[in-house]
Amino acid sequence: MQSLFAATVVALFTVASTVAAQAQRADAIIGLQLEPPHLDPTSAAAGAIDQVLYANVFEGLTRFGPDGSVQPGLAASWTISDDGLSYTFQLREGVTFHDGTTFEASDVVFSLDRARAEDSTNAQKALFAGIVGVEALGDSSVRIDLAAPQGNFLFNLAWGDAVMVAPESIGDIKNLPIGTGAFRFEQWRRGDQISLSRNADYWGEAASLEAATFKFISEPTAAYAAMLAGDIDAFYSYPAPENLAQFERDPRFTVLSGNTEGETILAMNNQQAPFDDIRVRKAVSHAIDRQAIIDGAMFGYGTPIGSHFAPHNPDYVDLTANAAFDPALARDLLAQAGYAEGFSITLKLPPPSYARRGGEIIAAQLREVGIEAEISFLEWAQWLEQVFRGYDYGLTIVSHTEPMDINIYARPDYYFQYDNPDFQALIETLAVESDPAARSALLAQAQTTIAEDFVNGYLFQLALTSVVDAKLQGIWKDAPTQAVDLTGVRWAD
Amino acid sequence: MIGFALYRLVSLLASLIVASLVVFAAVEIVPGDPARFMLGINAQPDTVAALRAELGLDRSLVERYLSWVGGLFTGDLGVSYTYRSPVSGIVAERLQVSLPLAVYALVLTVLIAFPVGMIAAGRQGGAVDTLFTGATQLGIAVPNFWFALLLILLFSVNLGWFSAGGFPGWEAGLLLGLQALTLPAIALALPQASILARVLRSSLIDTLSDDYIRTARAKGLSAGQALRRHALRNAMIPVFTIIGLQFSFLIAGAVIIENVFFLPGLGRLVLQAITQRDLIVVESVVMLLVLAVILVNFVIELAYAWIDPRLRKPS
Repeated sequence: MQSLFAATVVALFTVASTVAAQAQRADAIIGLQLEPPHLDPTSAAAGAIDQVLYANVFEGLTRFGPDGSVQPGLAASWTISDDGLSYTFQLREGVTFHDGTTFEASDVVFSLDRARAEDSTNAQKALFAGIVGVEALGDSSVRIDLAAPQGNFLFNLAWGDAVMVAPESIGDIKNLPIGTGAFRFEQWRRGDQISLSRNADYWGEAASLEAATFKFISEPTAAYAAMLAGDIDAFYSYPAPENLAQFERDPRFTVLSGNTEGETILAMNNQQAPFDDIRVRKAVSHAIDRQAIIDGAMFGYGTPIGSHFAPHNPDYVDLTANAAFDPALARDLLAQAGYAEGFSITLKLPPPSYARRGGEIIAAQLREVGIEAEISFLEWAQWLEQVFRGYDYGLTIVSHTEPMDINIYARPDYYFQYDNPDFQALIETLAVESDPAARSALLAQAQTTIAEDFVNGYLFQLALTSVVDAKLQGIWKDAPTQAVDLTGVRWAD
Repeated sequence: MIGFALYRLVSLLASLIVASLVVFAAVEIVPGDPARFMLGINAQPDTVAALRAELGLDRSLVERYLSWVGGLFTGDLGVSYTYRSPVSGIVAERLQVSLPLAVYALVLTVLIAFPVGMIAAGRQGGAVDTLFTGATQLGIAVPNFWFALLLILLFSVNLGWFSAGGFPGWEAGLLLGLQALTLPAIALALPQASILARVLRSSLIDTLSDDYIRTARAKGLSAGQALRRHALRNAMIPVFTIIGLQFSFLIAGAVIIENVFFLPGLGRLVLQAITQRDLIVVESVVMLLVLAVILVNFVIELAYAWIDPRLRKPS
């Protein structure tokens, strides 16, 4: 009798555990290093906001695909007038915000007018600068008029800063984001996590995950432990490259290595001596061994660049040979410029490890050609104040993570202070050109111009490395924009 | 006793006012504009100006100080620049982690330190004393974040008994909450217990050579009885001082441990607020901490007076 009882208990447990093992997991916990300051993607630059909300909670008229291509979003289709001045968008039918209100043309007018208003706090307000009018044509169609043709307009509308919001829910958007996406916002435990749940009324294909949680773990060692202990299912943009080899060997995990839009540069203060002399800038460019920096600071992850342009972009021109590692040439150039004995210069480094670790290596490489770089570590707020606003620096290292941002070289008051009227004219031509072949040629010319002017030391394209549970599929490998799009993420059987 | 308490209360208020001035001045002097930090490197100057106006940063320093202090008196800590949510609510959320963690760690500290200190003092110079003294030396020397990592590797990664960090929230249940705080509390308690045990030991050893202990022994009490009944109470003053300091430290000073265990505590809030230049959060939280330290000291002083009646007269 007793043994029969025991056998039954064992059998029951076996059944229960098999059922549990077979039940498909329908939630995922994603680790992120930085927490969003608030939840309004249209009024802050913080990438963490878009990482959590872009494509998941908020959607725009157009959107970025996993490869960076511009795809239809809340606009199902569009027509462009022959003069390129007027875009008419056909909106999707049956779209509702998470609070139940209908998404219609008036919401588009509201969102874009808010972004370009005088008192707008949109961090990328320049994206909307060319718009002269937004007009609803009925409920499901919108016309946007531009002051001049814009080759990049559909691309600009795909940014997280251009997502659609509603007047009904704008008041509390920073704490309670209401969008149209496949996930609705559930809860934010500040300092800890944000949880989302599947939107049952989504207009498009429903997400596979029923629930998703973003957990914020800033400390690299804590990220490592949380991943190994199974507390989280994926760590997007894993912060400790030194552990990646171990994760690659472990069959429980997959390491995704992809591209970002981050051109990492050794910026030079072009208006300040000695960098107002192109020979000195050229010398610095030739003094840098890019691969040594990638290997030493980034554990081999990253692609060398020779200009301010992403290598995975179809219009990329490989200009790395233009600033090839050549210390002897660098010393010659310095001697020609009157610095045979070398000079001392400040190297101000913001917090990310690419800057701190890369800076140490660059300082050592510059020392080889006689340039003494005095390193100082800055917080971001200090960096913005001293380097970005105050131009008080000689050298600095920053990764420019905005997509297609070569036009910053057309802003003479931008922190590296490159002032070339020819280049500014080139960017103006590019802005109004919409023919793809002509755009390609102009972009190639732009890349070449700043490379040959040695405006900055071009180091490498920042890589994106994520560690993911081997059974979790669909996390984007690349980061065409700062987004962790969960709509296509699912557990393998 | 009441007069003593009143006298302490007045000096407490004066300290708070001075502290508010120092805190405000120190935080505002640090370079870095919260609005520019929020908007990043592509923002246009007019956008930054619009955000500064929205945040009230375009007002004068005096105006901002007065409105901040005025708010403090009515319990309004202001609205966070980055979170755009009332600071009091944010702090209350964080205290749900930091306060229980501090109490948990302090309880562990006392539970470890008292037996260790008393046994070591009772067997001064013996093998057990040497062992405990060595152990506490080690406890002080080992950095607590490193000890925390060892705990995580053993109990989370290898044994899987605890999660590697995070906090499920008290709504998940008392037990789960306590479980999440256990490893952090142990990591915090180890160095504190080591310090406290050493202080208790030396304080006990001092009192054990006093005349009244010899009298107590002469009356026929055993060494242990004399230690527990007479020496312990008299050895408490330095111990209470240390406990008070430790509690203040544990509320805000757990920032490294909070980072290692990714706990949403007060220390991490302040650290984050400093890097984001969320000045109002830094100011208000630091003021709260000043208040907490002053209050803890106040309680400790009352405790001194309770232990030692000679201290009840204002000096």
